[in-house]
Amino acid sequence: MAETIDQLFVTLKHWLMGLTPERWQPLISALLSVLPILAVFPGLFAITTVLERKGLGRIQNRYGPNRVGPFGFLQFVADGIKSLTKEDIVPRAADKVIHFLAPLMLVIPAFLVYAVLPFGRNMVVSDFDAGILFFFAVGAAVELSVFMAGWSSRNKYSLLGAMRAIAQMISYEIPLILSAVTVIMIVGSLSTVKIVEAQAGYHNIGLPNWFVFTPWGFVGFSLFMIAATAESNRSPFDLPEGESEIIAGYYIEYSGFKFALFFLAEYLGLFAISGLGITLFLGGWHAPFAFLEFVPSWIWFFAKLVALIFGFIWIRGTLPRLRMDQLMNFAWKFMLPMALINIVAAAVWHFMRGGYEGWFASLILVAGPYLLLGRGLMSGQKLEKRTYRYAE
Amino acid sequence: MLGEGLIKGMAVTAKNFVGSYVSKDRLPTIQYPEERQVLQEAVRQFPFLVFDGNDPMAGLRCVACQICEKECPPKCIYIEKSKDKKPDHIGKPQIYPAKFDIDLSVCMSCQICVEVCPFEAIKMDTDFELSTSDRFGGLLVNKHQLAKPNEYYRKIHPTEAAEVDARLDAEKAKADAKKADAETKAKAAATQPTAATPAK
Repeated sequence: MAETIDQLFVTLKHWLMGLTPERWQPLISALLSVLPILAVFPGLFAITTVLERKGLGRIQNRYGPNRVGPFGFLQFVADGIKSLTKEDIVPRAADKVIHFLAPLMLVIPAFLVYAVLPFGRNMVVSDFDAGILFFFAVGAAVELSVFMAGWSSRNKYSLLGAMRAIAQMISYEIPLILSAVTVIMIVGSLSTVKIVEAQAGYHNIGLPNWFVFTPWGFVGFSLFMIAATAESNRSPFDLPEGESEIIAGYYIEYSGFKFALFFLAEYLGLFAISGLGITLFLGGWHAPFAFLEFVPSWIWFFAKLVALIFGFIWIRGTLPRLRMDQLMNFAWKFMLPMALINIVAAAVWHFMRGGYEGWFASLILVAGPYLLLGRGLMSGQKLEKRTYRYAE
Repeated sequence: MLGEGLIKGMAVTAKNFVGSYVSKDRLPTIQYPEERQVLQEAVRQFPFLVFDGNDPMAGLRCVACQICEKECPPKCIYIEKSKDKKPDHIGKPQIYPAKFDIDLSVCMSCQICVEVCPFEAIKMDTDFELSTSDRFGGLLVNKHQLAKPNEYYRKIHPTEAAEVDARLDAEKAKADAKKADAETKAKAAATQPTAATPAK
């Protein structure tokens, strides 16, 4: 029974494939794999916008949206209608072709990266050997479209936003990929499916074999999620948008549905990179405990995804925006050395074949540098109450 | 240690997040159309015209003296005097406003019209739900829309209205006494010759 529900979508697809003539099967197969992604993730985006606004409201002791539909959960419908009916304004000085292409170029890679994420047992659009590489390569295309949007608008604020975005995304791409490299080293494969398979099973003490429960995996996961926050331009790394400084950054000149596409692509990127974080470190679609194995695998994937999204909302409600120099200092003076040391820690773990010694060695290898680098990062700062001198 | 502040901050936000579901006191928002804040007595929005009795147009206290029109800083009041006269609350024949318009889109709620009015005819209203689909005609209100009974004034500003009523009553009593006095004098003047004639 559990097996049937777990493989529900896979058997459904096979059944539908059996009904189609052989000539059409490759096309139908592709469509049947792609359409659910096109339906589910924008739907998740719609629900997330409402939940995010409600969550942030509660953090700030407000109600949040509560007027449209039951408890305000249909707010996204109103927002969608609004953005569809708004006038689409293109500045006269804008480069019209690029201005039009930028939001499309942003949404396409945002959808493409879902091709390699395993959502459940046997549920992956295409399991090819260079999955992780594909994810990072396509994900990096976001930077191009962000710069296209910022440049083609011919607006100083949008250009500033785009420059900030480029500086930030390229700086954080390095720790993002380096923290993922540890997992690739341990598993010995770039295939996302193989990475999830490698995290099957449970420790003696009941914990699952996820990489996040190893010292290098925990550090890798933390670095990965911090870099993912920066990659998807979310608070506290929302400098490219910076509402209070440069109004909306690179999408300042976009209105109507193009603006909605930017918004959509931002959240799709967030979900995709969270999905990759789950695949790499949180055991993919594996259940956290052996007795919970009966719950379908795809429910576990989405439960972990929702938990990570909640984490992002929580962080957004907590932290103020960084300054540009703080952002760069953090990327190059903390994230990058930490990611490199983490690779060494993973190597030590690998050669000591895990076990208590490996655990201890890699823990020391990551904890020591963490304390030292943290001290180095904070040493230059004078954290004291600011005093003001007034004219007398 | 690096990251300590992050954990502290996240604890604060988590406390607020959970707390807002547990205790109502944390949420200061008033859900406006369903819940309403109790207005303070001194609240003022836009002026209205006070009338006595049951007929708004007959009981209007305004005598179209045009002081408010002249004093109004943004010039949002427009008054046209009447040709004929009607008796006011003390029975004296007075001119009344044939036209009394206030442009609410211009009014700045300064209350100067109220302060300069010698007849206690114009007062500040507390009604703030004045949205309209016509921004020109909808916000230009005439004397029929402006006229509101004295009872309404007593309800929205009780303390102020009591003072005004006392003052008006004193004035009326004085005027009545004067009138009675004049009547008795006139009667005395009328009766004296008749009383005197038989003596002659």
